Order: sequence, then structure tokens, then C-alpha cells
Amino acid sequence: MNKTQNNKAWFLVLPVFLLVAFSAIIPLMTVVNYSVQDIFDQNNAYFVGVEWYREVLQDPRLQDSLLRQFMYSGSVLAIEIPLGIAVALMMPTRGAMASLTLIVLAIPLLIPWNVVGTIWQIFARADIGLLGYVINGMGIDYNYANNAVDAWLTVVLMDVWHWTSLIALLCYSGLRAIPDAYYQAARIDRASNWAIFKYIQLPKLKGVLIIGILLRFMDSFMIYTEPFVLTGGGPGNSTTFLSQTLTKMAIGQFDIGPAAAFSMIYFLIVLLVSWLFFTTISQLDKDKTKEISHES
Amino acid sequence: MSLVLENVNRSVDNTSHLKDINLSFEPGSFNVLLGRTLAGKTSLMRVIAGLDKVNSGRVLVDGQDVTSLSVQKRNISMVYQQFINYPNMNVYDNIASPLILAGTAKAEIKRRVQETAEMLRIEPFLKRYPLELSGGQQQRTAMARALVKDASILLFDEPLVNLDYKLREELRQELRELFKLRNSIAIYATTEPNEALALGGTTTLLHQGHVLQTGPAIEQYRYPINLDAADLYSEPPINILPGTISEQEVTFDEYASFPVAGHFKDVPVGAYRFGIRPSHMSLVPKNDDDIELSVQVEVAEISASETFLHVANKHFQLVLQLSGVHDYRTNTPVKIYLPPEKLFLFNSEGGIVKAPYPERKKGAQQHG
Amino acid sequence: MAEIRLTNLAHSYAADPEHTTDYAIHEMNHVWEQGGAYALLGPSGCGKSTLLNIISGLVKPSHGSVTFDGVEVNNVSTQDRNIAQVFQFPVIYDSMTVYDNLAFPLRNMKVLESEIDAKVREVAEILELSSILQRKANNLSADQKQKISMGRGLVRDDVSAILFDEPLTVIDPNLKWKLRRKLKQIHERYNITMVYVTHDQLEASTFADKIALMYEGKIVQFGTPRELFENPNHTFVGYFIGSPGMNLLKMTLSEQGAELGGITLSLNEEQRALLQDVGNAELTLGIRPEFVQLSANQNEDSLTCTIQHTEDLGTYKIVTVLLGEHTIKIRLDEEQQIPTQEAYLNFPNQWMKFYADDYLINSSEEDSNE
Repeated sequence: MNKTQNNKAWFLVLPVFLLVAFSAIIPLMTVVNYSVQDIFDQNNAYFVGVEWYREVLQDPRLQDSLLRQFMYSGSVLAIEIPLGIAVALMMPTRGAMASLTLIVLAIPLLIPWNVVGTIWQIFARADIGLLGYVINGMGIDYNYANNAVDAWLTVVLMDVWHWTSLIALLCYSGLRAIPDAYYQAARIDRASNWAIFKYIQLPKLKGVLIIGILLRFMDSFMIYTEPFVLTGGGPGNSTTFLSQTLTKMAIGQFDIGPAAAFSMIYFLIVLLVSWLFFTTISQLDKDKTKEISHES
Repeated sequence: MSLVLENVNRSVDNTSHLKDINLSFEPGSFNVLLGRTLAGKTSLMRVIAGLDKVNSGRVLVDGQDVTSLSVQKRNISMVYQQFINYPNMNVYDNIASPLILAGTAKAEIKRRVQETAEMLRIEPFLKRYPLELSGGQQQRTAMARALVKDASILLFDEPLVNLDYKLREELRQELRELFKLRNSIAIYATTEPNEALALGGTTTLLHQGHVLQTGPAIEQYRYPINLDAADLYSEPPINILPGTISEQEVTFDEYASFPVAGHFKDVPVGAYRFGIRPSHMSLVPKNDDDIELSVQVEVAEISASETFLHVANKHFQLVLQLSGVHDYRTNTPVKIYLPPEKLFLFNSEGGIVKAPYPERKKGAQQHG
Repeated sequence: MAEIRLTNLAHSYAADPEHTTDYAIHEMNHVWEQGGAYALLGPSGCGKSTLLNIISGLVKPSHGSVTFDGVEVNNVSTQDRNIAQVFQFPVIYDSMTVYDNLAFPLRNMKVLESEIDAKVREVAEILELSSILQRKANNLSADQKQKISMGRGLVRDDVSAILFDEPLTVIDPNLKWKLRRKLKQIHERYNITMVYVTHDQLEASTFADKIALMYEGKIVQFGTPRELFENPNHTFVGYFIGSPGMNLLKMTLSEQGAELGGITLSLNEEQRALLQDVGNAELTLGIRPEFVQLSANQNEDSLTCTIQHTEDLGTYKIVTVLLGEHTIKIRLDEEQQIPTQEAYLNFPNQWMKFYADDYLINSSEEDSNE
């Protein structure tokens, strides 16, 4: 298509630009500002360079919670993505059942984070929670409040319950967009169901999966409310993730400088990993050979 | 209402889409833009409509410069290849929509919608929704919407290309009738020479963003200004054979020669390119001096009363347009005959030197 | 390799068809012989795609049977029918190379890699895809993608038929004839039954040895392109084939001959005999624009007409004349002169076709030929 060149368009972008500036760039700059100064009061601020960064990076609290965070996000993605795709593949395509499934799937997405935390806190309790009681009833010793592994599993399970629907719905819409002719052609080519999945469905889902993976990564990497409500980061520090560590540092101890440096590092990690995901997945299927335009 | 384009240039990302376009359209005229895909037809229409800006040059309506006027402020209607209608409105409301926007009185809207629907024969479907109509009816609805508002300039961008050929045939005929009664400038873009010939009016040949030739289509068919123009005017394409003219003889690459006669008499000696229309060659000699060529059949394309016979030998590839059904299998050897008096002569730059038609009768062609 | 036979076949998309209008395909019997190149031609909505999908097994017919080489396949799935299909929009496996696309059906059938390689290279050679075998298929042009879809059918030795559903719709006009030629070559080489669905008479006639012309869910004529042109069985065939279509004139019989709205056309003995038993049927005289003779001079059987207008299309001209209340189109060659004053028409006897309620009235000798 022909693009129209029109300088007026810049004026239309201006409000968005201002909005982004106020909501993202200016707060971010403030954080950058804090992260390189030692501030005692309004009149006493000293430039300390990368001192806070060095300190924070050497802090075992950050190192530990960063490791936990990666493990958490990794397991969440490893479960939710395949599970979401599988659910989408099994969903009925037409009729009343299709609408019903969509509604049921959408329900967890509509529940606020802290409510999810509360629900699971009760649901998984060993004494009165349905889940916890049943598990214990089967002779398995389970208590998320004092067993680190149990706590960890519960937090992951909660996230899977809350967010698998998102991946399923995204994939469902992606699958619906594949024209019937593809399936017909594949049947004619005697493709097995696995081959249909691998060569038709999965490639066509690439777009929505990129979005799904990015959303789930960023969200899970910054998770705060749910584990905070469920376990409060315990037992010990076993479910204390990055954002909880950060909050403790910034609000609990009022270490503004290190907290700002921490925030910056946190932000850069999210940015870097998201970028890595995005580029690897979109490069995955690129034609390595040079594109030759067809002469017409 | 007249429309003039002065030295219009447009390029996008350093690719030139329109080059030095100078055209003027008479009030009440019917104009055809003929050119291949990407020849600049749509670009030109979008510039006329005000949808695209020019890099240089001017667009004048009634002598007034409208180059920087936005599309809303120009009184223009456009019909596209795709059948574009409002899906949530019935046919009546679709047709009425431009009038409602213009604030026309209700009774007047009713009268005009009725009149236009009648003209396009969609009156029985006024209550239906676009998706309940056939492709032809949908496109008629889109055309009715364009026609109803009495726009001073009507633009049709290959409106029939997505229809079955039978429907195309019928709508083409109706269109020609429709425009006779109008005062507005109609501009119709097409890739098909037959459509240009059938519709009549003034045809502008576009090629790679510039104008090759302007005039009645049949004139251009007989007297193409150069090879590109000759090539545009044939379906199948004109055949080109390189050759030389000497004092006595015309020679094609050693495989055929004939004495200089007829319209080649006064031509200076040298290398030329010879063009022959597919319909002018035959499988039986029509005259004694027809040139006989031995070839093999590549494929015979048959359309009811005609056959397009694609043939080749080691020197060239040709296509013949023959009447009747000639069902040859691939690789059948045949002899074809080429009448020298029907040859177009082009110089090495592709410019026309001689056309095979006797003399040019200006304005002698009447349409409809 | 297969002969495809349709017996008492009918199809309705409605669950409980009551009226004939509920049927997309009306009851029909039809045979596609082994190795033939066939076209299924008709306007949009005539049922041709439904019929094609019934053959491929994508649609299950509501009545009748489909047999491949005498074996009923009604309940055989698409996979097991051993057919290949090329769709309107190219279907290719985007993430694979051209080579893998072509190898795909064979790999699904667990053919040995060495055999696959040989077959893929052979087919690629014919389709002129050899030079791009290692490229990803999704960046190719539409015509190359269509060739790949076709190739996936050709690599299989077990394929009994290839079905084409308007395969040239998205192909650039100046590449269409190249692809048509390729199709024809492939048919000549492989001896596979091919059925080609299209609404374009040029594509149908070029590709097919025999065309089945469909109209409102029925095959109204099955014949060679020449038969469809010269001897249309039904007024719709006359109208649909040819550009412009056949002139169809409503007529009645009288003592003098055929009455064409104020004009009397005398008929010969043979024609009278043909028309004597038509009863109350509505009669139509059909004659192709190519066969009407137009002249400036009156002769014995000529009819006086007035010329309305002329379209000069370069290679030929279409003259529209008024004959009584009928409009008649005449197609003339480039060189033929058009009379300026009086004009006279002749309808050569052999090209006059008579239709009773839209169906051709056959002479008895033609009947015996069938």
C-alpha cells in the first residue's frame, strides 16, 4: 500500500507521547536519579556513581530471590504454554459448548490478584482447605505454611490456575484463524494429527504465542500480590520473589538508593529477557536464504 | 467541470509511481486508464481523489488549484475492486448514505435512490443486506452509491475484476449506457485492453508511471506509439521478431526473408523489431507472399470460438489467435503463415516506424 | 489411477430437504474416466465446488454413491481416497522448505528417504521448482505456491485423481497461461484423472478434453469444448459459453415458419419435422453471434434489420442489430465490412438451434448417435 506523507500526523502522536512521558519516562528518570545518589535529606545528596549498583548486586538477598524468580517464571511458562495450547486444541469449535467453554475459561482471568491469593490460601490450607485436607487425607504430608517445597508448588499451581486460560484463549483465537483448506490439504496429504499440529497449527500460532509468552514472562517475573497473600514469602524466604525483596528494601528499610538501583537492575532484566524471547522466537522460522523477489 | 493534471510527480521511498503526468479530462467525458498492474493507475486515481499527495505538479478542477485540498472537500466518488458496502445497512441505506451525509431532504433521497437502483437493476434488493447478495449485486450497490451523489468526478478502479466473466460482460455494457447521461468526468481503470475497447471513450495508456499515449482505444490499437503501447493492446501479447532491412530484403535472423515491398519501401536500411498481432497469423496461407515458418506447438488454449496457439522453435516463441477450435497436442510440428503486410515496424529503441494500417483517419471511429 | 463414477448422487446441505430448491446437487449419474482431463464449469453458486468436495470426501453426499474403480468410497475418509486437491488459495506448509513441502505426503506414508528424494527431484524438475528447493515456501509468489500444492499430489504414485478448485484465481494474469500450459503438460505426462473446477470458459476449454457445464445443481451438458460451443444442449450453455453468448430468441410456430416477434423466418422441411411434436413447450431459437451472416445485399432468405451500434475490439467487431423486437449480436472479423445503410441477416440452417423449454430439440439422427 502507498503511504501518505502527512506532517499533521505528528500532532496526533503528541498526546500519546506526553502520556508516555508522564507515566513512564519521568518516573523512570526519577528512579535513575535516586540510584546514583546518597540522599540524607533535601539539602544533603551526594553523587555516588555506581556504588549502589555494586552493593545491590553483591547482596545475597537479591541473588537468591533472582534465582528463585527465574525458577518460578521458568516453571510457570513451562507448564502454562503447553497446557494452554493443549486446552485450546481440545476446545469445541462450534455450538453451545464452545461458548460455555469460553466463559468457564475466562472466569479465573476476571478475579483480582489478591482475591486469587486469598482463595488459594484457604483452599490449600492443610486443616480446613478442601485441597489441603484431601491431600493430607490421602496420606501425603502437605502444608504450604511450613514446608518450602509445598509452598513453592502451591504458588506455581495457583499461577497455573489463574493464567493458563489466557494462553488457551489466545491460542484458540489463533487456531480459529487457520482456513479450513489447510486442514483439508493436510488430510489429503495423509498427515497425522501430530504432523498437522507441528506443521500447520504450531507455525500459525507463532504470533499469538510470542505475545502469550511475553505477557506471561513479564507478569510472572514481577509477581507480588498472590504469593504475598498466600505465603507472605515464606516459609523462610522460600517464596520471596524479586518484587517482595524490593518492597522490603524500599518501604521496610527505607533504603531509597539501593532500592532504586535494584529497580533499575530489575527493569533491565525484564527488558533483556523479553527482548531475547522476542528475537529468538521471531528468528526461529526466518528464511535463511536470501529473499529473491519474483520477476513479474 | 474540467480536470487538469499538470506535471504531476509522485514517488514513495524513492520509487517513482507517477512521472510527469500531464492530462486533461473534458467535462462529461468517459475516460479509461489502461495499464498493467502497478503501472500507476491506482496512484493516479488516488492523486485525483486527494487521497495521496503529489511530490510536484498541480491538480486543477475548473482552473482552480485543488492540489492541497483534502478528499472530503473534493466532490468525488470512487468504486474499488473489492465490493465495499456497509455490511450493517441494507441496500437502500447503503445507496442513501452519501446523500444523508450531505443533508439531502428525505423525499429527494428516496427519489434518487429509487432512480439509481432502477438504473443498476438492484431495485428488487433494496431491503436486503450486502452479504445476502451475489458478487455482481454487491458491486452494483457500490456503484449505485458512487453514482447517486452526483459527484463531479467518478473514479472506478478495476470495478469488474472480481466478477465472473459473464457478469463482467453484462455490467460493462450497462456502464457504457450509464455514462452517456452524465455530466461528470468518469475515469475507469483497467488492465484489460478488451475492456478499454469495449467501453469506448478516451483511453490513456499508462506504463511504469508515465503516460504513453492518449486517444480512442481503437486508434491506439492500430497505431501504437511504441512497443510498450503495442504490447498493452493485445490479449494475448503482440509477437516481436528482431530482423534487418537491407536494400532489397527483409531478413529475420537467417531463418526467413522476403523482398522489401509495401509499407517497408521507404524505410531506411538497418536493424528493426517487427511486431505481428496474434490474430494476423494463420495456419493456412492467405496470400502468396505470406512467410512460412516451421514451429512446434507448446500449448493450445481454447476459448469457445477461439484458440490461442502458443508455438515455438529455436529462434522464437509466438502466439497465434485463431478462430475455431484447434486442439493440438504439445510438440506437434505445424507450419504457420505470417503476412508481411501486417507487420508493425519498431526501431531499436522501441518507437514505432510503420504501422500496417493504410492511413490514419482521425476521429473516424465512432462508438456506441 | 481411477475411474470416478457418481450414481444417483444428490446433495443437500439442509438436514431434511423437502423442496428441490433445498438441493445443492440434483440427482445425477456421471462418470469421469480414468486418465481424462475434465473441467467442471459454471457460474458461482451452481454447485460445482460442492460436487468437487463430494469427490474428494470433504463433503458426504446425502444421496447416492461415489465409486472409485467400482469400489464405493462414500464412507472412505479423504486421507484414504488417494486423491490430491489444489485449492483456490495456495496451501503450503509455511515453516518448511519447498523440498520438505513436496516430500511431506511421502514422509507421512513412511516412504524411504532415497525414494522420496528421487521423486521430489523428478516432480520439481517438471514444475520448474528445482532451483528453489531449499528455500522456505512462505516467501514465494502465488504461482510458485500453487505449483507446490500441485507437486504434493504429483509425488505420490498412489494418487488416483487430482482435483483443482479454481487454482488460478490468485495468479497474476500474465502468468496464468504459463501455468495452464504446465497443467496440460503434466496431464499428458502422468495420465492421472484430473477434474478442474472453474467459472472461466477459457481455463476450462484449455485444460479439459471434456467439460461438464453445471447450472443450478445439474450438469446440463457434458462434452468437448467444441460440442459446447457448436451444439449447446441447453439455452444456458449457449449463453454461458462464448463471448458474447448465443443469441436466444423467443419464437412461436406458424404456417409460414418461425415467428420472431413480428418477423417471420421460413423453415425448411427438416426443421419443421424437428419442431412438429413440441406441444405446448416454450420455443427458443438460438444462434451464435459468430454464425450470423450480415450483409449489405438482400438475398432470398435474408431478414432486414437495423444496425444499433458497433464495438470495434481490434481483432474483431461486435455489431448489435435490431430484428423486429429482438436484439441480435453479431461477431465479425477485423476485416469484414459493416453495411452502412440497409443491413440484411442470414441464419445458416446448420447453426440454427431450437430449444423447447430451454432444452435442445435433437434431430432423430443425433439421438441415435448417443
